[in-house]
Amino acid sequence: MANKRAKQKSKYTLDRGIPGAFEGETVTRRRFMTVTANGAGAVATAAFVLPALGFAIGPIFKRNGMSWQPVGTTDQFTETNYIPVIITLQPEIGDAGKSTAYIRKKDPAIDTDPADRDSPYIAISDRCVHLGCPVRWVPASERFLCPCHGGVYDLLGRRVSGPPPRPLDRFYTRVNGDVVELGPRYSVNSLLRRFSPRDPGEPLDGIGQYLYPSRPDAQK
Amino acid sequence: MPKLPAPPLPSALKTPPPRPGEDNGKSGPVEELGRGGIAVVDWVDERTSLTGAARWLMFRKVPKGTNWFYTLGSATMFAFLNQAVTGVFLAMYYRPDPSGGAYESIRHITNEVFLGQLVRSMHRWGASVMVVLVFLHMGRTFFFGAYKYPRELNWVIGVVLLILTMAMGFTGYLLPFDQRAYWATTVGVNINGTGPLIGPYLSDFLRGGSEIGATTLSRFYAIHMLLIPGLMAALIGAHLYLVTKLGTTAPPWIKAEKRDELREAEV
Repeated sequence: MANKRAKQKSKYTLDRGIPGAFEGETVTRRRFMTVTANGAGAVATAAFVLPALGFAIGPIFKRNGMSWQPVGTTDQFTETNYIPVIITLQPEIGDAGKSTAYIRKKDPAIDTDPADRDSPYIAISDRCVHLGCPVRWVPASERFLCPCHGGVYDLLGRRVSGPPPRPLDRFYTRVNGDVVELGPRYSVNSLLRRFSPRDPGEPLDGIGQYLYPSRPDAQK
Repeated sequence: MPKLPAPPLPSALKTPPPRPGEDNGKSGPVEELGRGGIAVVDWVDERTSLTGAARWLMFRKVPKGTNWFYTLGSATMFAFLNQAVTGVFLAMYYRPDPSGGAYESIRHITNEVFLGQLVRSMHRWGASVMVVLVFLHMGRTFFFGAYKYPRELNWVIGVVLLILTMAMGFTGYLLPFDQRAYWATTVGVNINGTGPLIGPYLSDFLRGGSEIGATTLSRFYAIHMLLIPGLMAALIGAHLYLVTKLGTTAPPWIKAEKRDELREAEV
């Protein structure tokens, strides 16, 4: 400790032997100018870089305001078959923002899993959870088939064959009078427990839900 | 390293000395034009010293054994210039509007604009040509050992250029915004999301949100038109500078000649 203090330089430039020093000076004029000029440059650069970066990264944090949308009347859906309906995922960009959902009335005998507690109708998303291609429901074999890489799901959306890592995503549903309404999306793991929406390709069993965290802009 | 002498002018470009007995240089109109051109170049050169740099770039020595494989790098750059020029003209007609405008503008370019189908096809096929040439150039550099000291930095720059070329292909693919473009980008961005921990956030950054939408198309357009071409132009400049400064290597089958001191006395 004593060694360090002995080596500590004096804070006065006069003692440090810097040329041009005067009595009582601690910061030389050269150093002051250098630091001020570089500091001003840093402030000016930050003034245009930070807003630009925020602009680019901002959408990650923006909450997606998908609201409830009507998809049909209660007499259009049955417990035994899935009916496809067209839903709007992103408003204002026309057809590119639309997608398909498959809706079936809840059958208490088969829909006993935790995910189905609050939904009067089961609404399955057509987005394959392997890499995002649209799946189609084939009534004859009671399976959802994905054309891209051969993913197959059963009546409840659980994976039967192929590369998907978890069951198909679902949407919340509610009944308003006699109109069935579709709400935000949620993901399920293979035990059909509910999770915040995840992207395709991300497994949710076990460590999966921590390895692939939910992002701020996906709805809860 | 000893400083090499300034690159000489090839004999074809040297002005021949006037022959005795004839009038000094034929003074026809062609010679007048030639003298005018030389005057312009001299005017610029006095103020910029550019001809020294131009000679250094163009009239450099190449080792014995240089063959056609060495043209692959220039070929790649030519493909890049093709993409840049056709891309600029496509950008004059393209509209990055996700609610149908993008698809409609591409249809307009292909069907109604004069030579539109040709320019669009050159851009699309040129992309494949460039990727093929880039890989051939990379293979040639690897198998000829041209990445070794002192050219390691050049190799690294080349790899970065390869990655940027791939990124150009990926972002440009979405721009027509038809079914193939949309779903290919969906799959590509979702593959990105399968990386643990930061994958989902990277996917969101690429897409500009949790779904492909208007932000995605604009984002990809800006990256494709502004960000990556700028980076690529700068890195290609650095790549060319290093190639000129360090020189090219001989192919691996050319062995260096023995120094005279080591050569045994010839019988």
